[in-house]
Amino acid sequence: MDLDLTKEQGFIKSSAREFLKKECPVSTVREMRDDPEGFSRNVWKKMAVLGWQGIMIPEEYDGMGGDFLDLALILEAMGEVCCNGPFFSTVALGAAAIIQWGTEEQKKELLPQISKGNLILSLAVAETHQWYGLDGIQTTLTDTGQDLVLNGAKLFVENAHISDYILCVAQGPGEGLSVVMVDPRSPGVQCSPLNTFAYEKQCSATFHNVHIPRANILGTLGAMREGLEGLQEFAALAKCLETVGVIQAAFEQSVEYAKSRKQFGRAIGSFQAIQHHCANMVVDVDGARLISYQAAWRVAQGLPASVEISMAKAWTGEAAKRVTALSHQIHGAISFCDEFDLHFYYRKAKACETAFGDVQYHLDKTADRLGLV
Amino acid sequence: MEFQFTEKELAFRAELEEFIKSALPPDWQERARSWPGGYGAMEYDSEQDRKDAESFKQKMVDEGWFTVSWPKEYGGRGLSNMEQAIYFERTSYYRAPSLNIATAIMGPTILQIGTEENKEDWVPGIAKGEIEMWLGYSEPDAGSDLASIRTTAVREGDEYVLNGQKIWSSLAHASNYGWVIARTDPDGHRHRSVSIIVVDNNTPGVAIRPLINIIGVHSFNEVFFDNVRVPARNLIGQENMGFYYLMTALDFERLIVNIGAFKHGLEMLCGYVKRTERGGKPLGADPHVRRKLAEIAARVEIAYLFYWRTATLLDQGKIPSVESSALKLVTTELSRMLANASMEILGPYSMLMDPAQGAPMNGMAPRGYLDCISATIGAGTSEIQRNIIATRGLGLPSK
Ligand SMILES: Cc1cc2nc3c(=O)[nH]c(=O)nc-3n(C[C@H](O)[C@H](O)[C@H](O)COP(=O)(O)OP(=O)(O)OC[C@H]3O[C@@H](n4cnc5c(N)ncnc54)[C@H](O)[C@@H]3O)c2cc1C
Ligand SMILES: Cc1cc2nc3c(=O)[nH]c(=O)nc-3n(C[C@H](O)[C@H](O)[C@H](O)COP(=O)(O)OP(=O)(O)OC[C@H]3O[C@@H](n4cnc5c(N)ncnc54)[C@H](O)[C@@H]3O)c2cc1C
Repeated sequence: MDLDLTKEQGFIKSSAREFLKKECPVSTVREMRDDPEGFSRNVWKKMAVLGWQGIMIPEEYDGMGGDFLDLALILEAMGEVCCNGPFFSTVALGAAAIIQWGTEEQKKELLPQISKGNLILSLAVAETHQWYGLDGIQTTLTDTGQDLVLNGAKLFVENAHISDYILCVAQGPGEGLSVVMVDPRSPGVQCSPLNTFAYEKQCSATFHNVHIPRANILGTLGAMREGLEGLQEFAALAKCLETVGVIQAAFEQSVEYAKSRKQFGRAIGSFQAIQHHCANMVVDVDGARLISYQAAWRVAQGLPASVEISMAKAWTGEAAKRVTALSHQIHGAISFCDEFDLHFYYRKAKACETAFGDVQYHLDKTADRLGLV
Repeated sequence: MEFQFTEKELAFRAELEEFIKSALPPDWQERARSWPGGYGAMEYDSEQDRKDAESFKQKMVDEGWFTVSWPKEYGGRGLSNMEQAIYFERTSYYRAPSLNIATAIMGPTILQIGTEENKEDWVPGIAKGEIEMWLGYSEPDAGSDLASIRTTAVREGDEYVLNGQKIWSSLAHASNYGWVIARTDPDGHRHRSVSIIVVDNNTPGVAIRPLINIIGVHSFNEVFFDNVRVPARNLIGQENMGFYYLMTALDFERLIVNIGAFKHGLEMLCGYVKRTERGGKPLGADPHVRRKLAEIAARVEIAYLFYWRTATLLDQGKIPSVESSALKLVTTELSRMLANASMEILGPYSMLMDPAQGAPMNGMAPRGYLDCISATIGAGTSEIQRNIIATRGLGLPSK
């Protein structure tokens, strides 16, 4: 047993932190929230030079050939600066889906472009009146004999407005679920950004009689439920790692502040109430990291990880709310200012919790695995 | 023991309720967006909201509700503290734009400890709603440790000259006078060297810089004093007695916890649950949701009881200090709990901020989830309230 990062993993993490601190400090979130695109193309290109977009893409498709742990470490570093932008949706969702489900032709065409930073992808699952998971999807895909026709409306499609392809989950043809790649410029597609809590560019997307060429089918028509469940678990875990970074940074900043802020002639960190807040954060942050790393390691090893992922998502979600709320409490009124960066962490922590299943959803899934009934 | 209102209290409550209902625009509940316990979302959304709030206030002045809690000789009704508590409860339940700290805090404080001159200068204007004040207590280095304020006021002839800085000054930009504590004796004892001085915002040398809070609302400010010359008659009471007056002012603040807003918030959330189905079943049948709402309902009940207890103690002539700290603690922690539960119940839809884009409950949940941060910080943090309960209340040693 060795719970430490290897030398190479340590290097990935520290170089990612360094790069992001310089290129994408947390203040960028403030600049980007009013930017229609919501990210800097320049930084995106630099990430591609470092090979980030291709981190999990096999070398034969011009990727880095890394495993899930490598991606995990980059996501953790991104969490530390609350990095928004198309990395998550392109790499942790889009590339992952194509690697798993793509035909040889699709992989050859798309994966090298993703590695180069030339493609932006998004995944469209959620719909109004739907909850977490895959039940209740009403967007339909019908087969006309020639091509396929997509109709429906999606919510929370991150970066749909700048995507080259939206990977859209739909019901049909017939019984099961399918995934198709939709070019958002096709006739009948409309995307508009939503005003959301953590300033990501979440969009609503509507599809009205959108014709989809057969070449854009991902995986097997009508047989994608199991695969999608796997992808959503994977995405939930990726969110855990992002969350770990978010709360690590909020925690560190709070301890620093507790040491430097003086009231009553002494550092507020000398008050036991504040010390106990900080100590509680240690348990939350370390617990979140260990349980997320464990699940990431299992995924990287190709071991079953569903229950570990659900436990990780439930714990990190709860921990993240506690840690970021305590960070605000320790900082006092200054943290209630927009000018002060801490609220980006508080927002991001909550947004990560609601993505791909919240605490309650994953506790239920964990309970399901306990064999209670 | 009597866990119900007296006939007189009931009659007062009914009269008040009738006034509020008739004076508020019928769709006010869909527009008011303040969060129970929060200090940051006090702004209304549109110009129309602001106008309606003003007109409600004017009706209060016209019909004598504005100063209803004041002694009879100053135009009030000389209410009991219980009636006062009922007043705050009903107005906050209906989220009426009625809370004006000058009538609730400064007016009564001046009436109690002010000089005759103070009363002449300030009381009539406050009563008519023409004078509105902001609280100038906190400074960058004096938050929880209020006694360490550095703003100075030096007497020069019949003026004080103020220098220094205040911060977190809520609504300083929307009121016309500051109720400022400043050090008037640089060598004196921590608690016997500060004074309360009223400063006209328009005096040369006063600079108000807006601070935008995390909800995106301009609710508070930094205020700078650069050789600000204030008439000496703006000193409230006696020089160097400011800290004691502050305690008096605090007594008047004790019932201002927006208690009714918590019940309203719970009802709003229950209403959403009632109207909503999830996975083909009523949301109200979900055991997790039921448990959350039931826990909050019990918490709201506890908060109300702490509230009525504080009012009872005041009517008995006792000064509730531990009890009001417990009230502040329990309500503001409830503010957070209610926000958490709202977000959890809305799930993914809690991320939507804009009602026009489908945000449930008028977008209140995410705003509340932000505003509740201020609840446990503003007006004395939760840690400070716990310290007060432990040391002053239980006699635990502080070292
Ligand atoms: C089941 C059990 C088995 C044990 N086995 C052993 C054993 O095998 N060998 C052995 O040597 N001892 C043993 N102990 C004793 C144990 O180490 C002591 O109980 C423990 O160190 C606390 O000391 P105390 O009981 O005197 O409580 P105190 O030290 O008097 O503490 C009383 C309370 O004050 C709090 N407190 C004390 N100091 C602080 C502080 N600085 N800040 C904040 N809070 C504080 C404590 O948390 C506690 O709540 C055992 C105790 C138990 C309950
Ligand atoms: C929305 C909002 C509106 C406000 N409006 C006004 C206003 O109108 N006028 C005004 O004057 N002020 C106002 N305030 C300021 C408010 O009174 C202060 O924020 C509060 O007193 C805390 O001070 P601080 O923010 O400097 O935090 P600090 O005092 O620096 O506290 C930082 C942390 O240390 C903790 N701490 C400090 N001392 C101790 C101790 N002895 N023991 C244990 N823990 C301790 C605190 O609990 C907190 O967690 C407002 C604040 C907010 C958030």
